[in-house]
Amino acid sequence: MSMCEQDPATWSCDRCAVALVPGKVEFSYMGGSFKVDLPVCPDCGLVLVPEELAVGRMADAEKILEDK
Amino acid sequence: MEPNELREWEQKCIQEEPPQCTAACPIHLDARLFVRQVGEGDWGGALKTLAKTMPFPRILGRICDHPCEHACLRGEAGEPIAIGALERLCVETVQQRVVPSMLPRKRLAIAVVGSGLGSLTVAWDLLRKGYDLTLFEPGSRLGGSLWSLPENILPPEVLSAELELLTELGATVELFAKVGRPNTVVTLSESFAAVYIGLDTQGVNLNLLDLDDQGAVQVDPLTMATSRTGVFAGGRADDTKSPIAAVLAGRRAATSIDRFVTNVSMESGREKEGPYATLLYTSLAGVAPLPRIAAANPASGYNAEEALKEAGRCIQCECLECVKVCSYLEKFKGYPRKYAREIYNNERMVPGGVHRANLLVNSCSNCGLCATVCPNDFHMGELCHDARLSMVARAKMPPAAHEFALLDLEFSSSDKFALARHEPGLTASRYLFFPSCQLAGSAPGQVSEAYGFLRQQLSGGVGLMLNCCGAPGFWAGRDDLFYAAIRTLRTEWHALGEPVMIVACSSCLAIFREQLPEIPLVSLWEVLEQTGLPNTAAEAGRLAVVDPCSSRLDPAVQKSVRRLLERLGAAIEELPLHGDKPECCGFGGLMANANPALAREVVARRLAASDSDYLAYCAMCRDHFTAAGKRTTHLIDLIFPVETREDPAGRPATGWSLRHENRARLKEALLKELWGEATVTVAEYERRRVEIPPDVLALMEARRILVADVQRVIEYGERTGNRLRSEENGLCRAYFRPHRVTFWVDYRQQGEGFIVANAYCHRMEIVRSSHEHV
Repeated sequence: MSMCEQDPATWSCDRCAVALVPGKVEFSYMGGSFKVDLPVCPDCGLVLVPEELAVGRMADAEKILEDK
Repeated sequence: MEPNELREWEQKCIQEEPPQCTAACPIHLDARLFVRQVGEGDWGGALKTLAKTMPFPRILGRICDHPCEHACLRGEAGEPIAIGALERLCVETVQQRVVPSMLPRKRLAIAVVGSGLGSLTVAWDLLRKGYDLTLFEPGSRLGGSLWSLPENILPPEVLSAELELLTELGATVELFAKVGRPNTVVTLSESFAAVYIGLDTQGVNLNLLDLDDQGAVQVDPLTMATSRTGVFAGGRADDTKSPIAAVLAGRRAATSIDRFVTNVSMESGREKEGPYATLLYTSLAGVAPLPRIAAANPASGYNAEEALKEAGRCIQCECLECVKVCSYLEKFKGYPRKYAREIYNNERMVPGGVHRANLLVNSCSNCGLCATVCPNDFHMGELCHDARLSMVARAKMPPAAHEFALLDLEFSSSDKFALARHEPGLTASRYLFFPSCQLAGSAPGQVSEAYGFLRQQLSGGVGLMLNCCGAPGFWAGRDDLFYAAIRTLRTEWHALGEPVMIVACSSCLAIFREQLPEIPLVSLWEVLEQTGLPNTAAEAGRLAVVDPCSSRLDPAVQKSVRRLLERLGAAIEELPLHGDKPECCGFGGLMANANPALAREVVARRLAASDSDYLAYCAMCRDHFTAAGKRTTHLIDLIFPVETREDPAGRPATGWSLRHENRARLKEALLKELWGEATVTVAEYERRRVEIPPDVLALMEARRILVADVQRVIEYGERTGNRLRSEENGLCRAYFRPHRVTFWVDYRQQGEGFIVANAYCHRMEIVRSSHEHV
């Protein structure tokens, strides 16, 4: 699943001072786990969950899991 | 939920009980559906509905004496629906063949003697059940006395055509049958698995059957069995007098024969054969009386247009009393009986069961209006509360449903707000003021004024208790949190010398009555009625009173509020639902937490009840209505106006962050002003000064993000350096998960503080991340 809806180059990791790169982020909720392609810091692993994802598809998925 | 509990819940909801017409029909024709289909012009469907229950629908549809009409509820609002006339038009006009459904052949032979309506019904029913059936008719044709009916009622060609159905269904017909011999009954009962004798048949020799006092063949009225095993009889009445009664007798006999030959009890479970009293309740409120549609040509009956109009008078009896008054019950497109089953299936994880019941369970406001309007007191809130307890116990409760409210409870019972003290300078309390966490969060200044007034007016000491009654814990099915809150309140009440509690919030009052019966309770409004009102109280104009749902069982408080309003000069308007039928504002049961969209619908529905300004005496009602744009005054705004004297309804709605802040500040101010204590430890994150533009604050409110959450994220990002930076505009973005929600904040530093540009959150937890090495 690709959710790199925002160009990772526009955000950088402030501490490591490097641009974010495409990576895999694992999420878990209500006993389920999911891997999502998202921008991450190649050095410290800080991730970027874009707003559109958090309030959009992620929120929808949460609701579905909550009603199961 | 255990199966027997499900049954108890199901039995309480009478929505699936048959309508009066069906219950009164000896063979329980679904007349409600039939009339609806006629009204929709679905004549084919209407005929199928007749054929599902009626033997020989083209005969019975013409001659039935329709006892359904006597029972028709429309008769109490005008005249009963002309069901008989509609049936007649249906079977006259619809030409399509209706083939009854047939069960597989059974290879058991049954004899039926005679061919009056009762015998014909026995034959019809048993053929459909798959029996080999032989019909012995001593005369020259089938149909018995049906031939004596006037031609305009039952045309001979219709009768002939319908009787031919018997052979089509596979019956063997013997005309001129020799049934007058002394051994007829014996021979038949030895040759067939069972025998039915139509007593309206001429010339049958019945000499081996016992007779009753009147000299007629003795027949068990329930089973139609005669004194001889395997021989059944019926049809003594004149079939043309009550054709449907003759059909019932035949149907009873057919059921008995089927049970007899398959060795099943003939007596059990037959209570609902024939007409019975249905439990279905249908309100006629708002149903204007309408007379029966008259046929332009009475001799030929209705034409199609007249029939459609007549069918349109049918009120389609059903109960749905609760669904009519509850957006929640309406929203899930069912009714309590169905919901009970869904919740049961969901709990049992029945394969294929509907898995939407979590939202169903968590959306109820537990206001109890359903139980008030239900003829059987079905309380959806109790059903849902049990289900919530079970979900919590099985670790199946989604945290999103209630967590925000539970954190609010945690805040209110923490040092930030909780307090229990005697009046300043005193060591005993005759009274104890409990303003409630939500009123303190919404109107802290007014609460402070009220406390001052009570101290001034009441002697013996008025202590103060700031806390939460635990309601969110109760609603969330979190008995651990709920009873912990109750225990704390009880302990503190004891420690303060068991004073009379003066409670401002109806929800708190209801919970204390139930959980803390040892505490003498009185509502703030009742006390103010006794003490009189402060001189500074505002004048009231025309107001529609919105009773909180939690005041349902508290008419004394409701009356007290109205008397206070009268003293304030208010012209009181009563809403359609008040008194014992108040509605919830969407906060109760934590509906607004679990299903915010539904809570908005509930509020919109309530606001549509009147154009007048509303008067609330529940802080949540006031804030929910105000947030939706309705001018709503809280009673405390009238009695203790704080900067709201000119327009008590003008106070803006209080968001969640401000509620916390208001509670904390109220406690700080009271401690400082009344007890001379400076207090309050401030957490590191709270020192982060943040500036939040109104549009961002509104977004945060909708996303249930508190200012404190934003402060936590910024504190974390700044302390650890774990933050992202936009290469375009230098904005910082950080995320932090203080409890079970991950909060994201976009911000930039400005001087000592921070300006917040955006905030969002998700519940999914970031477990790990890895970048791709290319």
